[in-house]
Amino acid sequence: MKEILLVGFYQPNEALSHFLVSAQQEFKIPIRYLQEYAALGTGGGLYHFRDQILSGGPEAFFVLNADVCSEFPLPEMLTFQRQRGGTPAFVILGTTANRKQSLNYGCIVANADTHEVLHYVEKPSTFVSEVINCGIYLFTPAIFQHIGEVFQRNQQELLLEETSNGWQRAEVIRLEQDVFTALAGRHALYVYKTDGFWSQIKSAGSAIYANRLYLSQYSQCHPERLACNQPGGPTIRGDVYVHPTAAVDSSAVLGPNVSIGKGVTVGAGVRLRESIILHGASLQDHTCVLNSIVGWDSTIGRWARVEGTPSDPNPNDPYAKIDSETLFRDGRLTPSITILGCNVTIPAEVVILNSIVLPHKELSRSYKNQIIL
Amino acid sequence: MKALILVGGYGTRLRPLTLSAPKPLVDFCNKPILLHQLEALRQAGVSHVVLAVSYMSEALERAMREQEQRLGIRISLSHEKEPLGTAGPLALARELLAEGTEPFFVLNSDVICDFPFAALLRFHRHHGREGSIVVTKVEEPSKYGVVVCDAETGRIHRFVEKPQVFVSNKINAGMYIFNPSLLQRIQLRPTSIEKEIFPVMAEDGQLYAMELQGFWMDIGQPKDFLTGMCMYLQSLRVQHPERLHSGTGFVGNVLVDPSAKIGMNCTIGPNVTIGAGVVVEDGVRIKRCTILKGSQIRSHSWLESCIVGWRSSVGQWVRMENVTVLGEDVIVNDELYLNGASVLPHKSISESVPEPRIIM
Repeated sequence: MKEILLVGFYQPNEALSHFLVSAQQEFKIPIRYLQEYAALGTGGGLYHFRDQILSGGPEAFFVLNADVCSEFPLPEMLTFQRQRGGTPAFVILGTTANRKQSLNYGCIVANADTHEVLHYVEKPSTFVSEVINCGIYLFTPAIFQHIGEVFQRNQQELLLEETSNGWQRAEVIRLEQDVFTALAGRHALYVYKTDGFWSQIKSAGSAIYANRLYLSQYSQCHPERLACNQPGGPTIRGDVYVHPTAAVDSSAVLGPNVSIGKGVTVGAGVRLRESIILHGASLQDHTCVLNSIVGWDSTIGRWARVEGTPSDPNPNDPYAKIDSETLFRDGRLTPSITILGCNVTIPAEVVILNSIVLPHKELSRSYKNQIIL
Repeated sequence: MKALILVGGYGTRLRPLTLSAPKPLVDFCNKPILLHQLEALRQAGVSHVVLAVSYMSEALERAMREQEQRLGIRISLSHEKEPLGTAGPLALARELLAEGTEPFFVLNSDVICDFPFAALLRFHRHHGREGSIVVTKVEEPSKYGVVVCDAETGRIHRFVEKPQVFVSNKINAGMYIFNPSLLQRIQLRPTSIEKEIFPVMAEDGQLYAMELQGFWMDIGQPKDFLTGMCMYLQSLRVQHPERLHSGTGFVGNVLVDPSAKIGMNCTIGPNVTIGAGVVVEDGVRIKRCTILKGSQIRSHSWLESCIVGWRSSVGQWVRMENVTVLGEDVIVNDELYLNGASVLPHKSISESVPEPRIIM
C-alpha cells in the first residue's frame, strides 16, 4: 500500500487534521483527505478524484466504506484477484446474511465455481441471495471507464430534461446501483466471500458491538494489546483494552468488552462492562457503566450508574447482523445503548438509562429513555 | 389498665414482608412494630393488652408469651372468626375489657408516633365523658376523613369523609380511650367504629379529641413505612441522640444494630436503619432505607428508599430505588437495577427491573 485517501463531503476540522497527522506518524504512510464539493454518492467521489487516485500509476486500489468493521481480508482479496488472471477483475468482499436481513444490503448472486457476479441488486424488496456486499472492494484503474459511462449517460439524460431542477448532478453516481448492477454477468466483477467478522457501524449501538468484534480479534491476533490481570492492577474480565496513559484504580473491575482511551481516570470500585470510554473521561469512585459510550472529557460522579440496552444481533444465528434500529418506534425512543457526548457532566448517585446526552451538558438529575438536548 | 390493639388481618398492604412474618412482628427501626406500642402502653400503666387478631399465628403467640415475661404484663389474643371491622372486636373482647370501671385504650396497630397515652388519660379524665380520640394535623385533609371539634374543649361536633372544601385539618390518628360504658353501644357483628359508633357518640356529646404533638404515621404500606422511619429517627435525634450512629461515613439520622458490620468507604444516611447481623461491604451508599436482620449488601451498591427483607443478599454494583421491597431471603445478582420492585420471598433476581412491578 502506497497511499491512503479519505474521500468525503465532510468539512475538515482540527480533529480530522490531528487524526491525519497522528495516523501518518503511526502507520508511516501518506494519508490525505479529499473533500467532495457536494455529496456525490458512493461512486461520484471516486470519479471526481480519479486523477488523484491514479497518480503514481497503481496497479490496483482498495475502496472501503468508512462505516463498516471487519477483519479486512485485503491480502486474500488481492490473491483472489490475481488468481482470476487475464482480464482486469474487480472484487467485492461478500459475506453471508440470513434471508430476512439480506434485504437491507446489496445482494450478490455469483457463479459457485468461478465466483463471478451474475446478478447484483441493492436492498431488494424480496429475497435474492444470502450473499451480501460488505462495502469493501478491490478495483483496477479500468473501473473508471465503467463509472465514466454512467457519468456520460447521466449527463445526456440531464440535457434531455427541459428544465434542470438544480440539485441533480451528472456527477452523483451510486457505485452499487449504477455500476455493479451493470457490471454483473460481464466477466468483470467477482465476489470474494469471507467468513470472518463483519458489521456495519451505522448506529451508535453498533459501535459497542464493533468494539467487541475488534477486541475479540485482538485476543486472537494481538493478545499483547489487551489488558490482563496483574498484581496491583484492576480486575480484568474477558477482552479489555486500556490505553497506557489511562489511570485505573486497582479496585476497579473491567470487562468484558471494554475500551478505555487516552488519559481516562477510573476511580476506586468502578465497574465497567460492554462500554467505550473515550479519551480524557473521568469516572469517579463506585460508578457503574454498562452498555454505554462515555464521550471525551466527560465526568461521571460517585455512585452514578450509566446504563444502556444492548442491541446485539441474535446470538443464536451465526449469520445474523446488527439491526439498524430507527431511533424512535411508535413515537418512543427505542431502548439502546447510553451515549454521553463530549464534556458531559453526570452528578453523583444518579442513573442515566437508555439515553443520549448531547455534548457539553451538565445534568442535575436522573434520566431514563430520553435524548437530552 | 387495659388496652386493645386492632391487629386485624394478614397485613397485605405490607407484602412481601408480611408473607414471612405477621405484620406486628415486622421490625420498624429495629424493633417489632407491636413492641413500640406495647412498651408505650406499659409506660402509661397498662397491665393487660388484648390483641384483636383475625388469623392465628404461632409466631405471634410465641412472641407475645416472650413479651409477657419481658414486660411483666398480661397479653391476650382475641381471635375473631369472621372479620368484625374496627368496632366488632371490642364486643368480642367485652368480658376482658369490662372487668372494672377503669377506662381502656384502643389503638390501630399500624400507627407510629410519640405515643401520648399518659396525656390522653389525663385529657379523658379531665372532660369526664365516654370517649377521647387522638387527632393529628395533615396537610391535605381532602384525602381523609376529618374531625370537626371545638378548639377550646376538644368536643367533637362531627366527622366529614374526604371533604371537598376545607372544614378541618385534623384526622383520626387511630388511638382512643373509652369508658367501659362504650361497650353497650357495640354489638357482636361487623361494625366500623369510625363510621357507625363515633358519629353517634359525637351527637351525644360524649366524644372529645386531643391533638397529637409531634410526628404521626400510618406505616401499613412500604412507602409510608419509610416515611415513618424518617420521622421516628428524627424523634430519636431529639430525644435519644445517643442511640443514633455517628462517625465518618455516616450522614444524618442512622440507626445501626451493634452486631451489624459496615465496610470501608461507605456513606450511610440520612435516614437509614440497619438491623442485627447485617453485613454492609465496602463502598456502599445507602440512604432512606431499612435493612432487616441478617442481610448482606455487597460492595459498591447504591440503595435509596428500599426495604431489604431478612437474610437477603444484594449483589455488587446493584442500584435499588423508588420503594423497592425485597421479601425474606431474596438474592439480587450483581450489577442489576431495581426500580420500585416488590420481590416475593426466596426469589433470586437475575434481570433488572427498570419499571415498578411485583416479582413473583
